[in-house]
Amino acid sequence: MNTESSRSPVDEVFGRAAAGERRAVGRLLSIVEAGGPQADEVTELTHGRTGTAHIVGITGAPGAGKSTLTGQLVAHIVACGGRPAVLAVDPSSPLTGGAILGDRIRMDDLAGGDVFIRSMATRGHSGGLALAVPAALRVLAAAGYDPVIVETVGVGQVEVDVAGTADTTVVVVTPGTGDAVQANKAGLLEVADVFVVNKADRPGASDTRRDLELMLDLSHLSGLDAAAGRRPPIVMSDALQGAGATEVWAEVVAHRAWLVANDRLEGRRASRSRHEVRVRVEQLLEADVDALLAAPSGQQLLDSVAAGELSPAAAAHTLRSDLLAAD
Amino acid sequence: MTEPNIRILLAKLGLDGHDRGLKVVARLLRDAGMEVIYLGLRQTAESIVAAAEQEDADAIGLSMHNAGHLTLAPRMVAALAVAELEIPVIVGGIVPDEDVAALRDAGVAAVLGPGAPAEEVVDVVRRAVDQRRSTG
Amino acid sequence: MDGDDRSRWSKAYEGAVLRDVPFETMSGVPVEPVYGAGPYPGQYPYTRGVHPAMYRSRLWTMRMFAGFGTAEDTNGRFKELLHHGGTGLSTAFDMPTLMGHDSDSGWALGEVGRAGVAIDTLADMRDLFADIDLATVSTSMTINGPAPILLAMYIAVAEQTGVERSALAGTIQNDILKEYQAQKEYIYPPRPSMRLVTDMMRFTTAEMPLWHPVSISGYHIREAGSTAAQELAFTLANGFAYVEAARSTGLPVDDFAKRLSFFFNAHIDFFEEIAKLRAARRIWARWMKERYGATAERSLLCRIHTQTAGVSLTAQQPEINIARVAIQALAAALGGTQSLHTDSYDEALALPTEEAARIALRTQQIVAHETGVTNVADPLGGSAYVEELTDEMERQAEAIFAHLDELGEGSILEGVYAGIENGYFVGEIADAAYRFERGVNDGQRIVVGVNAFTDGDDPENRNLLRIGPETEDYQRKRLDAVKADRDGQRVQDTLAQLTSDAADPTLNLMPPILDAVRAMATEGEIVDALREEFGTYVEKAVI
Repeated sequence: MNTESSRSPVDEVFGRAAAGERRAVGRLLSIVEAGGPQADEVTELTHGRTGTAHIVGITGAPGAGKSTLTGQLVAHIVACGGRPAVLAVDPSSPLTGGAILGDRIRMDDLAGGDVFIRSMATRGHSGGLALAVPAALRVLAAAGYDPVIVETVGVGQVEVDVAGTADTTVVVVTPGTGDAVQANKAGLLEVADVFVVNKADRPGASDTRRDLELMLDLSHLSGLDAAAGRRPPIVMSDALQGAGATEVWAEVVAHRAWLVANDRLEGRRASRSRHEVRVRVEQLLEADVDALLAAPSGQQLLDSVAAGELSPAAAAHTLRSDLLAAD
Repeated sequence: MTEPNIRILLAKLGLDGHDRGLKVVARLLRDAGMEVIYLGLRQTAESIVAAAEQEDADAIGLSMHNAGHLTLAPRMVAALAVAELEIPVIVGGIVPDEDVAALRDAGVAAVLGPGAPAEEVVDVVRRAVDQRRSTG
Repeated sequence: MDGDDRSRWSKAYEGAVLRDVPFETMSGVPVEPVYGAGPYPGQYPYTRGVHPAMYRSRLWTMRMFAGFGTAEDTNGRFKELLHHGGTGLSTAFDMPTLMGHDSDSGWALGEVGRAGVAIDTLADMRDLFADIDLATVSTSMTINGPAPILLAMYIAVAEQTGVERSALAGTIQNDILKEYQAQKEYIYPPRPSMRLVTDMMRFTTAEMPLWHPVSISGYHIREAGSTAAQELAFTLANGFAYVEAARSTGLPVDDFAKRLSFFFNAHIDFFEEIAKLRAARRIWARWMKERYGATAERSLLCRIHTQTAGVSLTAQQPEINIARVAIQALAAALGGTQSLHTDSYDEALALPTEEAARIALRTQQIVAHETGVTNVADPLGGSAYVEELTDEMERQAEAIFAHLDELGEGSILEGVYAGIENGYFVGEIADAAYRFERGVNDGQRIVVGVNAFTDGDDPENRNLLRIGPETEDYQRKRLDAVKADRDGQRVQDTLAQLTSDAADPTLNLMPPILDAVRAMATEGEIVDALREEFGTYVEKAVI
């Protein structure tokens, strides 16, 4: 379909991005964020071309110092010769749909201004983020960045899911805030590959560490961590002072080595792809259902249910038949 | 598909540290549904260009208070031109009326005076971005 | 009980030397020095004033800011002011100097000499004070991050003109905490910056008894958008933080507290501002006595410099700002300020013209000499409204202190550090600023000329001050000349010593900074030498 003489606009931008042109990468990221046919085209182009880039998720409650820690990590990575990229995800206002994205300031400065940083708002549609983020990470990996770091605030299920789809997930907690318990409640314990207790100079730091150890013990005793096969290490850090970042990164790298050595990396990526396919199918179906319901026949069906002439179950079965018949 | 959210960089060039107005505008624009990438204080034209590329920004908003606008705003426009980026630059803050024409001539897309009401700020940004999207 | 207060006050008043003017109304009605109930002015907790006779004894200092262009330009303006009878100099520095950049730095482009005077080396400082006897003038320097460097330069100039440092009188703002909260003119992170402040406090306490090493400022916090109660509370909390920090270096509180002074804003809600200053004095006295164990009276006094609110001035119909400044100056006087700067009416647009600066000074003089408010101390004391407002300000401030005390687990200093790091101050200020803007936008809050009564604005005919690029050219040449002339090795040695000393928190950095300054190191070089050890600070975006 794409001959040498006529490339699609997306293909053209992709070519430039793969060659390292920063603004082309920026454009592609906007395309995948917006979704739709152009975004699908990008998915086609990036699929299978993400190489061996290490995808790292960093999450934790607001105020845990994630962006400072990420900045320190990135500075360290650059100093070691790496070429990192960061996707900083922040919540959109549920009321207005807008967002203030301010994470990059500290990161940018700590990293010496030489790192690709992209700010992304959650935009309030739960399905969208679950697709936009993996797609964005693929774009960055295809453009040659390694590692690719996604930093989210771990408060919603979607954000937790997103962090969990990385190769290595780092969960950051702070002392004295009950973060450890919150992390557990939010389901972060299941996705954590490395724990960081940040602001370790604060009182309560060793208590927080102990809380985490206890929760990990429980997990082990109850057999819930059997699938994980590994107990996540806990690193103490004080990102503001610059202490601990090297240790955190060492654990992240060690985790990746462990995944490879134990043949788990592919498995993780496979389950990520499966999840993405599922989410996409669900989104497509949802759109179809919306269209059906909005159509006159769908409206009639709904009216019948409202009038008590038809049960919701019967209506749903009719709609499903219509959906399957329609293609 | 709905029109994608407007993504606007907000920053101050040079050494001036008055960010009260910048922060108020950040909230106004967020309340109007825009995505504000807040770069804050002490940016250079180059650092803003780099961020604009990474963030695929639709517009750049600069806040000016220290009489530096006639030197700094043109520098921003020039840096964008060198990078071949066509992104509208909107200047707000303390700009005497007599300097507005000079700024427009230097390539600034719009100038917002001190105390410009929220509706005007939002409107100016929208129009600048719409214009770019229709010609781009 | 009140009778005791009154008689004690009376005795103190009788000991005061008064100005030789009639203390009566314009119509010839003689008036008392103070009315109403005690505690009286000069009596703990000093709500009604710091001195028993207040303005009958001495008017507030009319200290007008000056600073523009080169050191030579400002020296000229200084001499004029001294010639016209002023005894106090107040120095404004340009942005590069305030931020620790030399005039030839990339950051200085377009900013040299614009917002104040450009100072790169000791040579410039010598020019700034040429032919001025530093033993007889009192100098205020408004600078924060690089404060130790400018103080060292001032001392070195005095030395070179035969004036002992112990004879030097003046103030340096040096209030780094409010930079993280409001003005943003920080260089290093909070803790190393605090070390520089306490080093200066130790140094001046020991060697410069007439010098005020910190001017604890609320002005900028208010300008950034805080409420009056926040301005009051954050400023006093910063003051407590400095007290705790200085004490922790081994300085007894009564040794240094007498040389701490305050700098507040005079905004446009008339009675609130008066109440704020009264509450400030009351709170400071009580905390210093009860929490920090100060016993010397001078340690308990909250001495205040006030500046009228720049942020209240409008660009629209700027001439009406004269009325605003007059009302604000009156509030400051009724609030009992010790020193006052009145803004020029065109300040919302550019640096003040000479005419505008003169009008601002005359405004103060009218309040001082024509209105009669100086005849009676704390004339609004006893007003049910003002007393209630004073109490309310105090209540709101105490709630904030309690929060900081909790954040800091019993230390206001630690609470302030925590509040800086977690964005508490910046967030509160941003919220207050936003609420205000929304109010103006909705029309709930009227600003004359902006959202109401807008007829009469004449934007075409503004007479504004413009600064050209000559200062920048001059400074670059000056810098080149100084660098060519100095002993490069000596500079390198002093800078290396400074970086090394900075790594040891027990060493006072004023002596090595003095060495570097005398060796003709530039401000930028000295700032860099410290940056090597201290690092830099980038704030978190809290909007």
